[in-house]
Amino acid sequence: MTMVEPAIIIQGLTKRFQDFTAVDHLDLTINQGEIVGFIGPNGAGKSTTIRMLCGLLQPTEGQAFVAGFNVGRQPEAVREHIGYMSQKFSLYGDLTVRENLRFFGGLYRVPRHDRGERMAFAIAMAGLAGREDVLVRTLASGWKQRLALGCAILHRPPVLFLDEPTSGVEPEARRQFWDLIHELAAGGVTTLVSTHYMDEAEYCNRVALINRGKLVAIGSPSELRGHQLGGELFEMDCAPLGAALKVLTDVPGVEEAAIFGDKLHIVLSAGGITAGDLPGFLGARGIHADPPRRVTPSLEDVFVHLVSGSHETRGAF
Amino acid sequence: MNIRRVFAMAFKETLQVWRDPRSLAIALLMPVMQMVMLGYGVSLDIKHVPLCVYDQENSQESRAIVERFTAPGWFSISQTLVSEADLRNAMDRGECSMAIVIPVDFSRTLATTGSAPIQAIFDATDVNTTNIALGYAQGTVAQANAQTSAQWKAAHGVHPSPVGQVDVEPSTWFNETLDSRNFIIPGVVAVILALVGAQLTSLTISREWERGTMEQLISTPVTALEVMLGKLMPYFLIGLLDAAFCLVSAVYWFDVPFRGSLGTLFVTTVLFLIVVLGIGYLISVRIRSQLGASQIALLVTMLPTTLLSGYTFPIEQMPAPIQAITLIVYPRYYVTILRAIFLKGSSLPDLWAPLLGLFIFALIIIWLATRAFHKRLD
Repeated sequence: MTMVEPAIIIQGLTKRFQDFTAVDHLDLTINQGEIVGFIGPNGAGKSTTIRMLCGLLQPTEGQAFVAGFNVGRQPEAVREHIGYMSQKFSLYGDLTVRENLRFFGGLYRVPRHDRGERMAFAIAMAGLAGREDVLVRTLASGWKQRLALGCAILHRPPVLFLDEPTSGVEPEARRQFWDLIHELAAGGVTTLVSTHYMDEAEYCNRVALINRGKLVAIGSPSELRGHQLGGELFEMDCAPLGAALKVLTDVPGVEEAAIFGDKLHIVLSAGGITAGDLPGFLGARGIHADPPRRVTPSLEDVFVHLVSGSHETRGAF
Repeated sequence: MNIRRVFAMAFKETLQVWRDPRSLAIALLMPVMQMVMLGYGVSLDIKHVPLCVYDQENSQESRAIVERFTAPGWFSISQTLVSEADLRNAMDRGECSMAIVIPVDFSRTLATTGSAPIQAIFDATDVNTTNIALGYAQGTVAQANAQTSAQWKAAHGVHPSPVGQVDVEPSTWFNETLDSRNFIIPGVVAVILALVGAQLTSLTISREWERGTMEQLISTPVTALEVMLGKLMPYFLIGLLDAAFCLVSAVYWFDVPFRGSLGTLFVTTVLFLIVVLGIGYLISVRIRSQLGASQIALLVTMLPTTLLSGYTFPIEQMPAPIQAITLIVYPRYYVTILRAIFLKGSSLPDLWAPLLGLFIFALIIIWLATRAFHKRLD
């Protein structure tokens, strides 16, 4: 196997804002052509990390290399080699689809003889053929996001940073968006994408979970799912949910309890309360509960487990 | 620096200004409105001062005196009074700024003693108008006396004494008709460019922050210098367009003489535009909301420019400390330059002093502006 230099190397990367540490000694290496998902609660430091990797924020400590360039010292060289989509939609709403593409094509110095072809590609990719002269602010969010991606890849960057690119986008459009990312990855583009949709983690080659600025876990989705939760996982319908959660937190044998949609997910360890006892236990406290069902852990269960409490499982995979 | 990125930036900015009603209004409507308001509204000439006449005698002689006041158009009779109380009321209500009272024995006293007083009363709340009206009144009376005296001497065969008479023969250069508009309008042009220029560019960077487009923009390889040049380019052209509009309306609408060369005007205007656009840009880099930036731009340009640039209030008459402050009120240099080009036809070498002031300002602004914008979020 030939040695291929990793696309992104992050070493002890730290960012402090006054007293607040947004990113805390993060280490991560991403290979060429990989799609890595950045998962974590709001304020975990996902955006701050991505912004440092784009050269938009100066790291307080540590260093990072993107496409071989140091983000702190060679930000302009980094920018030549990356495509970036910020969390908030940030194309020009008062410009048309074509005008936005032409503008970014100009800034990225896309060769003139290539410009028409690449713009046509971006327009086709965004599904905006026939709407080239429409003002961007009138587009629905899914189209806007795909156009933003189109603008970010006009110069064919080897590395893509996508910060919550699908937030506020309807499910069908989200799926189409991920198809695009996979097409780009097939062409060798390295992608670091943050999301708060757990189902999207499944689309990534590897998933990095960060919480409070620290890397909590990294691995492929199946590796992460195999992680021990410290007991068996049960799903239960009960009402009211909030009250049930509160009551169960302190019960011996309940390792973890969390709300999943309209259901409760409970991890039970051996030697404490059993699944069969739960409805009766809750019923005695005025909470209606159906008998729990055993379920296979999803990525979300793993993340909740890792993020809640003091589970220091860094480097466990 | 890459010229293609500068042009991409400039083209995008032009499209945005073209599609933004607010910027468009500032660029095209504001100069027209200010030209009309300042051009017509500000005048230092005193014409048609409302005059009340209390002619107690109402003789041929007294009416002749009144006639002398009203004939040149400086005063217009707003009321003819019939009592002392009327006079008091008219003054209180502001119906006249000046009143003349001619005593009941005016013509008799004049005939017997050769001299008769008339009383002039001024509403001195407006000191400026009062001073000028007083000057006009004294001039009117002096002229009347001189004519009467000459007529008397002629009638009595006395010839004017050939010695001991000094006469001033006034010759007013550059503004022969002593029309204050010729003095004001070039200053108005400077004021308009100073206000409009800073307003326009104050929106340019803050707009990117406010609309959230800045983050995407600075993630591209475009450099801070390219952003600045690309963004200022369209406003520079708008500034030149506004300057041309002001010039044309000054010459063809307000009839201000233009005696200088267009080349001199162009060079100095370019220098001035660099300063005003740069100031707006510096504000825009600091303030991240469009409203905030335009308010600050208005604040830092409006008051100093209208009060301290010398466009209405002559700098030479200000107290020394204020005069010192005006040295940093950059429009003063352009006001001086424009007046000289318009009225005296001065060329660049004649204008070296204010040009030097403007040039130093331009250098400082360019130095600051190229360092002001950083492609960072922190």
